[in-house]
Amino acid sequence: MKRFVRLFEALDGTTATKEKIALLRAYFEEAEPEDAAWAVWLLSGNKPKGSANRTRLAAWASEEAGIAGWLFDECRSAVGDFAETIALLLPKACGSETGFTLAENAAKIESLAVLDETGQREVVLSAWRGMDGAERLVFNKLVTGAFRVGVSRDLVVRGLSEALGVPRDEVVHRLMGDWRPTAEFFSSLTDGAPSPLDRPYPFCLAHPIAGDPAELGAIEGWQAEWKWDGIRAQVIRRNGTTAIWSRGEELVTDRYPEIEQASRLLPEGCVLDGELLPWGEGGPMPFNQLQRRIGRKTVGAKLLAEIPVVLMAYDLLESDGQDCRPLPLSERRDRLAAVVNEAGHPFLLSPTVAAGSWEELGALQRSALGRGAEGLMLKRLDSPYGVGRRRGAWWKWKLQPRSVDAVLMYALRGSGSRASLFTDYAFGVWKGHELVTIAKAYSGLTNAEIREVDAYIRANTLEKIGPARTVPPELVFEIGFEGIQKSTRHKSGYAVRFPRILRWRRDKRPEDADTLETVASLFEPLE
Amino acid sequence: MSDLLSVTPSGLYCEAGGFYIDPWRPVERAVVTHAHSDHARPGSKRYLCSSACAPFVRLRCGEESAISCLEFGERRTINGVTLSLHPAGHILGSAQVRVEHQGEVWVVTGDYKTEPDPTVEPFELVRCHTLITECTFGLPVYRWPEALAEFERINAWWAANQSAGRTSVLMGYSLGKAQRLLAGVDAGLGPIFAHGAVLGPTQAYRDQGIRLPPVRPVSEAPLDVDWPRALVVAPPGAEATPWMRRFRESATAFASGWMAVRGIKRRRGVERGFVISDHVDWPALMEVVAATGASRVLTTHGYSAVVAKHLSERGLDSSPLETQFRGEAEEEGA
Ligand SMILES: [Zn+2]
Ligand SMILES: [Zn+2]
Repeated sequence: MKRFVRLFEALDGTTATKEKIALLRAYFEEAEPEDAAWAVWLLSGNKPKGSANRTRLAAWASEEAGIAGWLFDECRSAVGDFAETIALLLPKACGSETGFTLAENAAKIESLAVLDETGQREVVLSAWRGMDGAERLVFNKLVTGAFRVGVSRDLVVRGLSEALGVPRDEVVHRLMGDWRPTAEFFSSLTDGAPSPLDRPYPFCLAHPIAGDPAELGAIEGWQAEWKWDGIRAQVIRRNGTTAIWSRGEELVTDRYPEIEQASRLLPEGCVLDGELLPWGEGGPMPFNQLQRRIGRKTVGAKLLAEIPVVLMAYDLLESDGQDCRPLPLSERRDRLAAVVNEAGHPFLLSPTVAAGSWEELGALQRSALGRGAEGLMLKRLDSPYGVGRRRGAWWKWKLQPRSVDAVLMYALRGSGSRASLFTDYAFGVWKGHELVTIAKAYSGLTNAEIREVDAYIRANTLEKIGPARTVPPELVFEIGFEGIQKSTRHKSGYAVRFPRILRWRRDKRPEDADTLETVASLFEPLE
Repeated sequence: MSDLLSVTPSGLYCEAGGFYIDPWRPVERAVVTHAHSDHARPGSKRYLCSSACAPFVRLRCGEESAISCLEFGERRTINGVTLSLHPAGHILGSAQVRVEHQGEVWVVTGDYKTEPDPTVEPFELVRCHTLITECTFGLPVYRWPEALAEFERINAWWAANQSAGRTSVLMGYSLGKAQRLLAGVDAGLGPIFAHGAVLGPTQAYRDQGIRLPPVRPVSEAPLDVDWPRALVVAPPGAEATPWMRRFRESATAFASGWMAVRGIKRRRGVERGFVISDHVDWPALMEVVAATGASRVLTTHGYSAVVAKHLSERGLDSSPLETQFRGEAEEEGA
């Protein structure tokens, strides 16, 4: 574990991207495969499946340190961070143990899930006693689920790619979907073996278009489609089974039984990229209808009948078991049309929007709302299906680009009847690997969501700074607003006017939130 | 019977002896534990301090100040009260004040530390009935690493900056901490420079026979100086001034007990922190309290309420002393 702790400290000590990649690379080259697998898992924002509750940890640590509970609380408020408070309080290690590997410590933490309080105490105390200060800090962060390092998934991928000599896109693909941190998994990153059957491809994502679309060149080179407001998903049909993945890399097969049923009509070895949409009489239903289905693990017959879902297919990533992402869009589109027409409802082919000029297309773009869409997608006809968000081939041309996906950073108690709940939130967007605040908002969530966010904040408080509680950057919300102004009040340099929470984007990971660059690009058109 | 020492609007006062200890307003007769700004203030008629402390009191309170000196351990009787000074180990010349009257002994620690430090007189344990102790780092999370190991880390940081082509700027309070840093680093690594504020106290240390490596003023550095090889010692705050520009690429670090906590490091925007403190940590504080044999412990500076509550729970008669000392709350020579 010591090597991982050194990596953690070194990553914490630098803001230089190059240096971070070099540190990651060196770690992945040296670490044992099982430890390396755990490092990838943890640095990608995953948590061990097990934890101990803070009240118990505080009690055990106070006992070890020989101090009263109130004194623990004093320390906690002086230090700010719970995991660090315990690391600083515990008496020096006994020094008898030679130390455990990261994988061994992670296994201990996972074992907590099935142990009772006495069992948990034994595991945690023996771990603490065999560790030094920095190791304890990392262990405590893991055991409380608060482990975070300032590296994006992209940096982890680049470090891995350099260490293993495997192309970045390939690494991204192999890290998709459900996997467990094992030595076998880490070895599988290099051995060229075929991907597990249910593993999705990395999604190709679009940047919002900042200037005039006419600057993209001749319109003949582009395909325009409606931009639908649903849940981006991949439907994978391989070996007679179906897997449906959301963009947030959540396996959601069971939540959309109508799609799973119908996918039996898809050809073998086929992967579709599309949008899950609530679809009523001949058209899309509002997104909030879909939200009624999102949170449910299983869907009853009544809800299924009330809010039927379709897959609006955008692209074909695999056909006849072959990865067809390198083919040009025009060719993939032809194959997609054939597949979707054959399968039929609830698979729909995303209609293209034909226009002879950019002006004409602009007029159609402004009619999007009436069609239940939120704008247009522009894709180069000769482009392959890319990995992640890259500039050039795909653009989103939204009707009202007046929303951003932002990450919850800290919360304050509400006022009046909501004084007992944390209901006032501050949101940030990415500036490099750092979040900067862009908006404060307190309306827009349902009561049930407010209670859920409140519970999350209480369980995940990192620091109490005055009345504010900071939380790890984990929850993503879509924030709507009327305009953007320059501001010295926010660290980002911008402030949005009349912000409100449009929805909780459970389908997005924190790294999917918008960047300051995007916000800045929204600033100009609104002036 | 009233207490031998009590808090008055001008500061901690010994009525029987007619003197103040570290008063915060000008008074007739001030006994000064050491020359940090929250302990030694200008304007009093007469000062009494240790001989080693006197040059620093002159620097702080003015050349013309009327100062009389006591050697450590030397006793002086004032109005029937016996007063003596004993090394506190905080900075050069820093003293604990022992006050005895009619068989009752009080000790005021001032700022102190018990760990070894070659630039100061080692802390002397003084038994007493009532102890007035500082609590700057009076929380159990504060436990200092070994200073030697920490200096190894400083040397490694300096060497790494040299290979990266960055000037090493190490910050610590100009009186006491800066000299301890100078004595502790490996002067063989490269040239050492200092900010102007550090030079006066450093010369005063040398004048008293403390061995320190050669230090050149930054302001007198030759034009062709190879900054990335150098270590620059500067007071905290220097990092935010135009003074720093001359080093172009620099790496900054701060040496202080507060650096033990990552959150504080982050809040202060410190690039690198070294845990080197001239105050007692929690275990040393508890040890000293027990070893003095005091049955009554009054607390001041920093976490005084917390320490008093903890000691009360351990059966001692303990309460915080209401003073104007706010402690060296993340500011001074901590
Ligand atoms: Zn001091
Ligand atoms: Zn002080």
